[in-house]
Amino acid sequence: MGTINVSREYSAKEKFFLAAVVQGMIITLKRFIQGFVFHKKYTIMYPEEKRNYSQRFRGMHFISVDENKTENCTACFLCETVCPADCIHIVADERDAGANPYGVRKEKRPLSFDIDALRCCFCGFCEEACPKDAIKLSRNYELSVLTRQDAIYDLNHLKREVKGRG
Amino acid sequence: MDIFTLVQLLAKIVFVFAVSLGVIPFLVWFERRGSAWIQGRVGPNRVGPFGLIQPFADVAKFFFKEFWTPEHANKWYYHLGPIFALAAPLAALTIIPFGSFLVIGDQIVNLQIAHIDSGVLFILAFAGLEVYPIIIAGWASNNKYSILGALRGSSQIISYEISMGLALLSMLLVYGTFDLHLMVDWQKQKFFGFLPAWGVFINPIGALIFWISTFAETNRLPFDLPEGDAEIVAGYHLEYGAMKFALFFMAEYVAMIMASALLATLFFGGYHLLPGTGRILNTIVSMNGLSEVAAQNLKALFQFVSLFLKVSFFMVVMIWVRWTFPRFRFDQVMHLGWKILFPLALANVVWMSVVVYLMN
Repeated sequence: MGTINVSREYSAKEKFFLAAVVQGMIITLKRFIQGFVFHKKYTIMYPEEKRNYSQRFRGMHFISVDENKTENCTACFLCETVCPADCIHIVADERDAGANPYGVRKEKRPLSFDIDALRCCFCGFCEEACPKDAIKLSRNYELSVLTRQDAIYDLNHLKREVKGRG
Repeated sequence: MDIFTLVQLLAKIVFVFAVSLGVIPFLVWFERRGSAWIQGRVGPNRVGPFGLIQPFADVAKFFFKEFWTPEHANKWYYHLGPIFALAAPLAALTIIPFGSFLVIGDQIVNLQIAHIDSGVLFILAFAGLEVYPIIIAGWASNNKYSILGALRGSSQIISYEISMGLALLSMLLVYGTFDLHLMVDWQKQKFFGFLPAWGVFINPIGALIFWISTFAETNRLPFDLPEGDAEIVAGYHLEYGAMKFALFFMAEYVAMIMASALLATLFFGGYHLLPGTGRILNTIVSMNGLSEVAAQNLKALFQFVSLFLKVSFFMVVMIWVRWTFPRFRFDQVMHLGWKILFPLALANVVWMSVVVYLMN
């Protein structure tokens, strides 16, 4: 290999340079007038205006709840097992039968359900693995936090009633 | 020196420096907003109406940042760099005539801070000084990127100074004087009764060479190799923070103002009224029946505004060019400077001497 020199003949106009300079400046002048007079812009005023992402966008997780505000999660550990980033940490517990209107349908419950959003790669495998449709990915992408500790979300933070797909 | 001379001199100094430093925030604002408009963005629009207060917010930030000096820098030269950078173009501004004269009482006030007979040489001397802050800052920072930027900057400025000087020389042949005030006075006449006798109509090639050279002299794109953000971070002012960086930043704009004012003075009629404004002035004078003194003072004001508008035009073009063209490669800069502009400027000097000989 090595450098391949491709020679190209320049016309007198191209060599003179100034014609191209004027041409370029006319283009930017047009753009300037578009921006200055007609306020044409390709960017958005972010916090006020938000970009409309696809319905399939994978943002922050949430855990869906049923009509009694009980989480659908049964602590089956499928999401924790499938997670390639090891960001889900579940501690399982037995659900109190008295407080469980569904009886045997939800025997287990997560005592704690932590998601480390800093480790998460938003692949969506947990959502695919979940047999109860408990863990889901919302379209929320505004995940900035002040400390690393704030990025570890617990069950209370994640629990949410399902409205559509979140 | 009596008290009147002293006061008018001080007033002129304060006026020129206040105007040239006072427009910098608006230039910075225009640079940012204008670039946004050209690129289809919005630009800073949060602070104040249309984001006009943004430069002041920037300055406040610069003031409150830590005044930090790198360990490995040469302290004395490190601090000298930004001071030099701002002082040199500001000093050169003092000989730009910004109006004919004012009449106060029975005294005549020439609207030029320093009336120097060899004004052009003074300008060249201070334009030559502009290379020193770059070398000083780049060397004293003790940083490889800074020294690279300084080397590039110094070679570029010195190369383009030659073609700039030759373009100036061709105008010296036409005007037959070193005095900027007399040069502007010369451009008072008219060709064929309508065309103002601006230098650009006599010597268009010289004007073009001078214009291109000012871009290289002030380190503006497409000649911003000393800064070259993409390859050498920020070049010679890489190690500077807070107000020291702000001084470099201001110096760039003052140098731009100086170069534009010089271009307007030499080639675009200096403070002479823009075509058409003379009629407005005459109408105002005859309608209000102003005395001769008042008419002259009003004329001086019009002349200042004319120069201000001309300089603003060149500043806008500089900003416009910056957001149009990419940076030259270093060998292209040298090629343009030494193989195109230098012979062209030399030939132009010969050609202008023929023209001047024929005209007389």
